[in-house]
Parts: sequence; C-alpha cells; structure tokens
Amino acid sequence: MAEYKLNTPLTDEDIEQLKAGDVVFLTGFIYSARDAAHKKLIDLLDAGKELPFKLEGSAIYYVGPSPAPPGRPIGAAGPTTSYRMDSYAPRLHSLGMKASIGKGKRNEETRKAMQDFKGVYFGATGGAGALLSNSIVESTVIAFDELGPEAIREMKVKDFPLLVINDAHGGELYAVPDLEAAGVK
Amino acid sequence: MRTIQTSEIIDAVAAMCIKSNTELPGDVRAKLEQAMAEETTPSAKEVIRQLLENADLAMDTKLPLCQDCGLAVYFVEVGDEVRIEGGNLRYAINEGTRRGYADGYLRKSACDPLSRANTGDGTPAIIHFDFVPGDKLKIAYMAKGGGAENMSRVTMLAPAQGWEGIKQFVINRVAEAGPNPCPPTVIGVGIGGTFEHAAKIAKKSLLRKLDDTHPDPEIAAKEKELEEAINALGIGPMGLGGKTTVLGVKMTMEPCHLASLPLAVNVQCHSQRHEEVEL
Repeated sequence: MAEYKLNTPLTDEDIEQLKAGDVVFLTGFIYSARDAAHKKLIDLLDAGKELPFKLEGSAIYYVGPSPAPPGRPIGAAGPTTSYRMDSYAPRLHSLGMKASIGKGKRNEETRKAMQDFKGVYFGATGGAGALLSNSIVESTVIAFDELGPEAIREMKVKDFPLLVINDAHGGELYAVPDLEAAGVK
Repeated sequence: MRTIQTSEIIDAVAAMCIKSNTELPGDVRAKLEQAMAEETTPSAKEVIRQLLENADLAMDTKLPLCQDCGLAVYFVEVGDEVRIEGGNLRYAINEGTRRGYADGYLRKSACDPLSRANTGDGTPAIIHFDFVPGDKLKIAYMAKGGGAENMSRVTMLAPAQGWEGIKQFVINRVAEAGPNPCPPTVIGVGIGGTFEHAAKIAKKSLLRKLDDTHPDPEIAAKEKELEEAINALGIGPMGLGGKTTVLGVKMTMEPCHLASLPLAVNVQCHSQRHEEVEL
C-alpha cells in the first residue's frame, strides 16, 4: 500500500500508478454532484450543451453537504453512497472524468469504465462529515443552485484523505463477505 | 389532566434535533472504542479512529457528525391524562423539526418522491404516535440517513421457515448491503405483526441503547446469535474487512397472523443518532 499526494486535474499517469488500497491525499479543485445533479448533467450532454465544469481530469465528489455555519466554508461533507450514480458514471468516465469519490460498491459497468478510460474510485470515510469538511478550504455553488444540498459546488481541497477502492487495473479493496463463516446456506 | 404548551414541545424537539446530530451518544462511543481495541488491521483501526476524531470535532465545532442529518423520525408516547395547548401535537413536532434543522445548520433532506423538489425545511417529519397511561409526553427522535435506510428490507416469510429462515434473511441482507450503509451498522429486526407493523417495530428497536440486554432472555440470546453471525461475515468498518460489521442487533417480536411470518430489517449507520425527551 503506497501513499501519494496528487493534484487536480488528474492525468492518465496519476491514475495508472494507483492500486486498490493505496492512500491518496488530493489537493486542488473537485466538484460536488449527486443524484439530481447527475441527472441534470446527463440532460445537458444529451442536449449538446456545455457542462458547468471541465470533465477532463476531473474528480467528482458524491456529496450533499450540510449548510455552512458562519465562519466556515462548508458544513459537514462526507460521502454519500455511490451505487446510485452508477447509471451515469461510465458516460462521464468516457468523456474525461478521472475519479469519483464516495462510499460503497460500484457496479460492473462502472468498474469496467474505469479500466477502459483510466479512471479510479476513491473511498472517503462515510459519516466522518465534520472531519472531512476540514480538508475543504473553499466552496462555491457553480450550478443548479435550486437543488439546495444537491447543487454542484466547486470545492478547493487540501490533502483530502482518500483510499483507492477500485483502480484502473480491475483491483477492488472491499472485503468479500464470508457467508460460510456466518452460517449462511 | 395535565396541560403541556406546544411552545415547550417545539423548543424540546428543536434542541433534540441539534444535540442528536452533533453529539455521538455515549453508548455508541463506548462500542467504537471497544471495536478500536479489538480490530487488528490498520484499515479497520484507521476508520474507527476517524469516526472518533469526527465525533470530537463535531462536539467542539457544533458541525453535524454527518452531512446527512436524516429524515426526522419520531416515536411519541402520549399519556392519556395529557392535554396539549396552543396547537396540535403533530404541528408542534414539525415546527420543532423546522427550527432545529434551521438553527443547527442541519441538512434538509425531505423532498418530493418524483419531482425530487426539496421541501426546504426538513419536514414533514415521520411521526408514530402511541397512547399510554399517565400524564407524561415522551418524544423519541431518530435521524434516519438515506444511505443506511436504503439498505433496509421487509419480507413475508412462510411460517415454516421459522427462526432459521429469519436468520438467513437478516445475514444475507447485511452481506448484500456490504459497505453501502456505513458499517459498522446497528441492525433493527422486527418479527411479527403485519407487513407495516414489522417495519415499525424494527425501527423502534433502534431506540434501545447498544449496551442494554433484552429483558426476554430468549430474544436476548437471538440478538447475540445474529450479532456474532453477522460479525463473522468480515465486512468490517466501511467494508474494508474486520471484526466489527455491526455494533449491535436489536430485535422486537410480536404476535402475527397464523398464515404469516412478517420480517423487517432496518439498517442504521454507525452514528446511531437518537435522543429522547420526557415532558
């Protein structure tokens, strides 16, 4: 298990070196988008319109932060469960998205897209919303303000602590449940 | 009759929403500390270390423990000698929720199921009323996050499937949920009643303290049996492998129709956010 410090935008070389289990501290700009925002991004693509941020080299964080209290750039900001974005992720990878950040399992199509287009899936600790918000130094809503917590934010992160869950070589970190040990027939 | 003002209820509910979302309950912290001592892999230990640090930080900064401050769920026990003055009880609980979520900078996650338009204030809350003897009003609040709630299931088993069928279903559900609901989770199991009642008692089971023991020794033994079997799955904290897949299993069993065996599994995340107030 190696440790890397990486900056956005991410390159093919950044991604190729990563293996499931590696720790990454990410610095630069990342974009928040979750269920409703993904649907709107895909609608824009279908209509041939520009997206609110550049997909090439991008990292999308599946997060819907709590409101920022006075004096802080953002509220609690931990990851949401990623499988709900699996119907959109392969297309975004094919158009240049390099990384997604969330928690929980990805489906086969998304894992394959990471191999086909040199992408990676990072896990952040679910429920550590207060702690993770400390790595976000700036946050600005750049699209879909009407979605409230689900709006797209450009977030400046510094040494955001991540774990490589799925790499571009087919590797996956999650434990396989031991059904036999649990007595499942 | 005893009179309780809605203003008192609104204040109590708002305070409970804020406290529950920012302060990790003591029994949950104790379980996480125990898990920290028992886990052997660096990844499992690191996840739990982060959760404990997160709890300290949330306490200091008053930031929510988790950005998903949940849908507000209440179990309310209304004493039959209680009279509410200044409005009705459902209104008071919703108003308290509105204020708590606004004043505490909590995320409002209630939305229209199809248009997905956010209601904007965290309401309507889900409220279960129960009428009991006495002159007290007891309100229990639970912040129910979407990630864990989505992993919950209700099923109707055949009576012949019995305890073995129940056990298989619960373990399989946790195995399939894997890393998705933020393990280590707490599992509420509801057995009996009807289709909807099983789900309600499964959720109500989650109000119990993690370190309690069910008063019925037979049910206590079954909770233990499920907890050990689930932890043997090795899913571990955040699904990265380890001994702690659940912090606890809490079960409620009630009589059902002779043709039925309703079963519900309600999954709750590691923060197990809940509070109770008695007025």
